[in-house]
Amino acid sequence: MSVVVDTAVSSDAAVVTLADLAPRRSWRNTKSSLMSALMGLAFLIVFVPIVTLVFTVVSKGAGIVFADFPAWFTDRIPVRGREVGPGMGPAIIGTLLITFTASVLAIPLGILGAVYLNEYGKASRWAQIVRFMSSVMTGVPSIVMGLFVYVVFTLRFGLSGFGGALALACLMLPVVIRSTEEMLRLVPDHLREASYALGTSKSRTIATVVLPAAFPGIVSGCLLAIARAAGETAPLFFTIGIVTETNPNVFSGPNTALPAQIYSNAFTIFDGAKERAWGAALTLIAITFFFTVTARVVTARIQKKR
Amino acid sequence: MAIEHPTSQIGSLVSPFPHSKEDHVDADISVDVTSAPASVDGQAPAATVFELQGLEVHYGPFRAVRDVDMHIRKNEITAFIGPSGCGKTTVLRCLNRMNDVIPTARVGGRVLYHGIDLYGPEVSATELRRRVGMVFQRPNPFPKSIYDNVAFGPKVNGVRSKSDLDDIVEKSLRGAALWDEVKTRLKSSALGMSGGQQQRLCIARAIAVEPEVILMDEPCSALDPIATARIEDLMQEMKDTYTLIIVTHNMQQAARVSDRTAFFTTEVNPESDRRTGTLVEFARTRKIFSNPADERTEQYVTGRFG
Ligand SMILES: Nc1ncnc2c1ncn2[C@@H]1O[C@H](COP(=O)(O)OP(=O)(O)O)[C@@H](O)[C@H]1O
Ligand SMILES: [Mg+2]
Repeated sequence: MSVVVDTAVSSDAAVVTLADLAPRRSWRNTKSSLMSALMGLAFLIVFVPIVTLVFTVVSKGAGIVFADFPAWFTDRIPVRGREVGPGMGPAIIGTLLITFTASVLAIPLGILGAVYLNEYGKASRWAQIVRFMSSVMTGVPSIVMGLFVYVVFTLRFGLSGFGGALALACLMLPVVIRSTEEMLRLVPDHLREASYALGTSKSRTIATVVLPAAFPGIVSGCLLAIARAAGETAPLFFTIGIVTETNPNVFSGPNTALPAQIYSNAFTIFDGAKERAWGAALTLIAITFFFTVTARVVTARIQKKR
Repeated sequence: MAIEHPTSQIGSLVSPFPHSKEDHVDADISVDVTSAPASVDGQAPAATVFELQGLEVHYGPFRAVRDVDMHIRKNEITAFIGPSGCGKTTVLRCLNRMNDVIPTARVGGRVLYHGIDLYGPEVSATELRRRVGMVFQRPNPFPKSIYDNVAFGPKVNGVRSKSDLDDIVEKSLRGAALWDEVKTRLKSSALGMSGGQQQRLCIARAIAVEPEVILMDEPCSALDPIATARIEDLMQEMKDTYTLIIVTHNMQQAARVSDRTAFFTTEVNPESDRRTGTLVEFARTRKIFSNPADERTEQYVTGRFG
């Protein structure tokens, strides 16, 4: 190039041809398609087990669930394993009751705990201790939680749905605390300040601004905890026993639940019982699925309203 | 301190101040029993809302602002200008004790509100903030409906009746020149509005609790020129009802809207490399922009510094 830049030449040089804009064959592009392929593969790896699982459970369990409908949901559970046919009502009611009781115990306490940690305790020593304890609690195996409730509650008060609910609540509590605290942390400080600037007290601000803003996230965290608790088997064995008739009173007398029925029916040599185990598995999946979908719908509704 | 006669003609400088309220000043003086010179600077007149005495604010060990002395008067617009980091926001947030929210902030000196020491032991920041509202730099509506945003403050202050709330919402939205734009969609989300509308909503939300003073921290810095012009017009209308204190980065804005201007700057600390802000000059806006007493003010307003 000459030192003297001719304006005509420079404007010529600026002309862009289509070839300049065409995609280049480069390592970057290759890498990009490679990664896309890997992502597709990862999706398949996740997708295949889920589809297989749902397919198996539905094909083996649907038969008994819908045999002389609604017998499955209303009839008592056959006492003898070799008996063929439906009846899982007591376990469905037991699961709903026990999970509900556990939620009533764990969710308010967990949300209050998270409010303390994120809004009041913050980085203080006591808050750090509570946070540490709750993460330790997350790591405790569910069977140990069952044993704990067995020792402190069941030995004294006997088998009951409430014992199972206590064990499940212990499992839910750290999950609720952690997910709620995470959601509260996401609420921007400028919303708190906006509320304070209107002469709102701190507690009122938490109740009317912070919690509503975090509500969708808190709901999905809680429903996840509920879904997890509903599927727990081990802690229920020590605490609720296993009966074949409906016990609507969670506070006294042994009870039963779907996971416990899946376990005990699957471990027999009788085909009738095995079929009932599949049916119970399908019912449990349907219940948790229902909770998850409800959570999504509720959250989406609330978010749309804003 | 310089004494300025409001009746004096500074012909060439009148035009840049379309909103300059000569009449207003005259009215003030006629109320004064004494024929005393229109001593607008220095002496404490009857209509003082805030009096700052040797105000100084630390963040942890760092002294952010020192030696701020000023009187802020009722039904005027006071503007704080100065280079960034000179402590405009910090001083503003002392006036409604918003700095209480920052754990490291410490306030020294005195802030008198109608003669009451705001940092005295018997003053409740919550009660104060009902009387001294605030509009923030970034519009921060709650993730609620337009109606609920405006009704929030009155509800917190105990207004229960639906029809009272409706009236307050309408009046506040009219006061913020927003009613006609949103009256048909009061129930839709505040987050769906434009930035300028959101900021006017924040103003409506602030006036809904009927404060005496409204603090505005660079209320237009996130807005386009048209939205800015609307808010500036609004400030002029609001001044009859409220006392406004605005922080602005924009000198033209201060010149256009304010009655008095405080110029802050930063000074190098002898003991550390961080700069401490301080008040250089506080006077009628016309004087600050035409005939400032301090050389630093002159350099700043003529654009030779900062
Ligand atoms: N929360 C805070 N913690 C520590 N330092 C702060 C905080 N807020 C402001 N500062 C410091 O105080 C000084 C004044 O800040 P600010 O009042 O925001 O200035 P301005 O609004 O005039 O730009 C700056 O040096 C800033 O870094
Ligand atoms: Mg600022």
